[in-house]
Amino acid sequence: MRSRRDFLAGAAALALVPPLARGQATRTVTDDTGRRAEVPAKVTRVYAAGPPASMLVFALAPEKLLGWTTPFRPDERPFVPAKYVDLPTLGRLTGRGNTANVEVVLAAKPDLIVDYGSVGPTFVSLADRVQAQTGMPYLLLDGAFERIPESLRRLGEILGEPARGEEWARYAQGILDDVAARVARIPRERRPRVYYGRGPRGLDTGLAGSINMESIERMGATNVAAALGKGGLVQVSVEQVLAWDPDAIVTIDRTFYASLWRDPLWQGLKAVQAGKVFLSPNVPYGWIDFPPSINRLVGLRWLGRSLYPDAFPEDLRPFVREFYTRAYHQTPTQEQLDALVRTAEPRKG
Amino acid sequence: MGRTGLAVAGALALLAVAVLAAFAVGRYPVSPGELVTLVQSKLTGTAHTLPATVETVVFGIRGPRILAALLVGAALAASGAAYQGLFRNPLVSPDILGVSAGAAFGAVLGIFLSLDVWAIQGLAFVFGLAAVGAAYAIAASLRGHDPILVLVLAGVVLGSLLGACIALVKYLADPYNQLPAITYWLLGSLAATNPGDVRSTLLPVALGLVVLWLLRWRITVLSLGDEEAASLGIRAGRIRAVVIAAATLVTAAVVSISGIIGWIGLIIPHVARLLVGPDFRRLLPVAVLLGAGFLLGVDTLARTAARIEIPLGVLTAFVGTPLFLWLLATARRSWQ
Repeated sequence: MRSRRDFLAGAAALALVPPLARGQATRTVTDDTGRRAEVPAKVTRVYAAGPPASMLVFALAPEKLLGWTTPFRPDERPFVPAKYVDLPTLGRLTGRGNTANVEVVLAAKPDLIVDYGSVGPTFVSLADRVQAQTGMPYLLLDGAFERIPESLRRLGEILGEPARGEEWARYAQGILDDVAARVARIPRERRPRVYYGRGPRGLDTGLAGSINMESIERMGATNVAAALGKGGLVQVSVEQVLAWDPDAIVTIDRTFYASLWRDPLWQGLKAVQAGKVFLSPNVPYGWIDFPPSINRLVGLRWLGRSLYPDAFPEDLRPFVREFYTRAYHQTPTQEQLDALVRTAEPRKG
Repeated sequence: MGRTGLAVAGALALLAVAVLAAFAVGRYPVSPGELVTLVQSKLTGTAHTLPATVETVVFGIRGPRILAALLVGAALAASGAAYQGLFRNPLVSPDILGVSAGAAFGAVLGIFLSLDVWAIQGLAFVFGLAAVGAAYAIAASLRGHDPILVLVLAGVVLGSLLGACIALVKYLADPYNQLPAITYWLLGSLAATNPGDVRSTLLPVALGLVVLWLLRWRITVLSLGDEEAASLGIRAGRIRAVVIAAATLVTAAVVSISGIIGWIGLIIPHVARLLVGPDFRRLLPVAVLLGAGFLLGVDTLARTAARIEIPLGVLTAFVGTPLFLWLLATARRSWQ
């Protein structure tokens, strides 16, 4: 009886005391929701709770990332260095559906857990619960588009890499400022009405204010589906798209992109007749809306080159090469670059 | 027979009104005058001066979608009516043997593997047939039990296994792109129907319906019980196999283009029975017409009521439940 009580007391004490208290220097950090947590002075092992967070941590400090939330598909693998691509798959802890086993996460012995994205009450309470249950500091960063530089800076501080964070933040801010300045000079009448088609049929789209449309709206383009109201993803009909007759179509679905050129129903659209249909690259991560992380920065320049070739006259390849080298720590080959920018750059010859 | 004639005539009239209304409304503005001009030029073969887009909307988008709605509604109602008679159970719907679950798993797998739309529909069709085939094979190998009970149990068990497989694929799917596509498919919709969908569905549906029509008398006898059927010289097991094959063929064909649309296969046969009684010879034509008209009406609502598409699987239940309850309350005739 007595020994059992001792055991329980010991277990309770262990759960209450953060692992860092076991003989390590600590410091206090604050996340984007104002939650404060004690983290080791020197953070070396980080568990990223979802794909957006994986990408953010990987860009800043690849050697500290413990694993991915989902394994890379065969077409994504060539973009990630061999020593990182096979990091263990630990699952995602938050977002739309958990796949991570908390014990697996703990067994990986992270110094802290980072999530990047929504900072609504659901995610705050989730972070509190996991932190209370595991004794692991759980930090939430705001995934809003305009806060990308700020998030990079803050994560740099949290990880104990303020110089890298600052450098990345300046680079990201530079992209945002450059794109915003160029878009501001484009007269209103030259800004296109854009339809964003998702799903294999291309008939899922985002309403005004949906996170999926942020990149397109940021480019000064009008989302045709905004006429339907505010909200998230919805389904529309071909007839509706014909009624909108957008100036350009952007998609990330290869199936839809391939079938669109063959399907007679889509041929009446002026965007299709003018060849203004743009297929967003999606390896190793999508460039428009998923996962919503720093990959959207490279997507902005791609959208600019696609929608406003005059305002974005430069070849995209050098820019993409620099971004990929920074974000994924491996310089893409010329063939990879050509394939990535294929629909945005005019065909050669 | 006067009552049946009246019911068929009424259903046909309703169907005609529904088709006309469906052609006249939509998100793309087409005036009644333009519609008449188009139909005239189509019938007489003369040229018209309307923009090509208007013709695409009417004959390339609305036309196929209307045909698809008619086909889907007719197929689900007919196979529902056949199953309810065959299994002598009013709670049976076309998916009782796992055809919808199989088709759903095939489509979900196709979306997960980022396949072509044709391949997604093909997988749905094949898995729908395979699910029922497997249920039938399992039931046939388990002798010494009530054959109908074993068959239904095998279908239900396989259906829930496939449901678990769907859940597993959803769990593994990319939550940002594939999961929404899977969810939309499972909700059912005709928003993306194109002429090719109608062409590929027409033949299996027609074939299945013709077989059901040819077996109408035998299905009526079977619904009285296997002993009664045997006394009339009908081999219940063989007829049952053919009816299941035909009903599965039409259901798998339509579900592969529409996604999951519940309710119709369960409720429309009851409505038809309220009107003309349980004799399958009268029940089948009325159920087909009612199913076609009902789904067309609901689909027209789905594409016009709100500015976005409303999922058919949702809308059929919203529209159908009050309608059915009203019929039930006002019916004087037994449907047993």
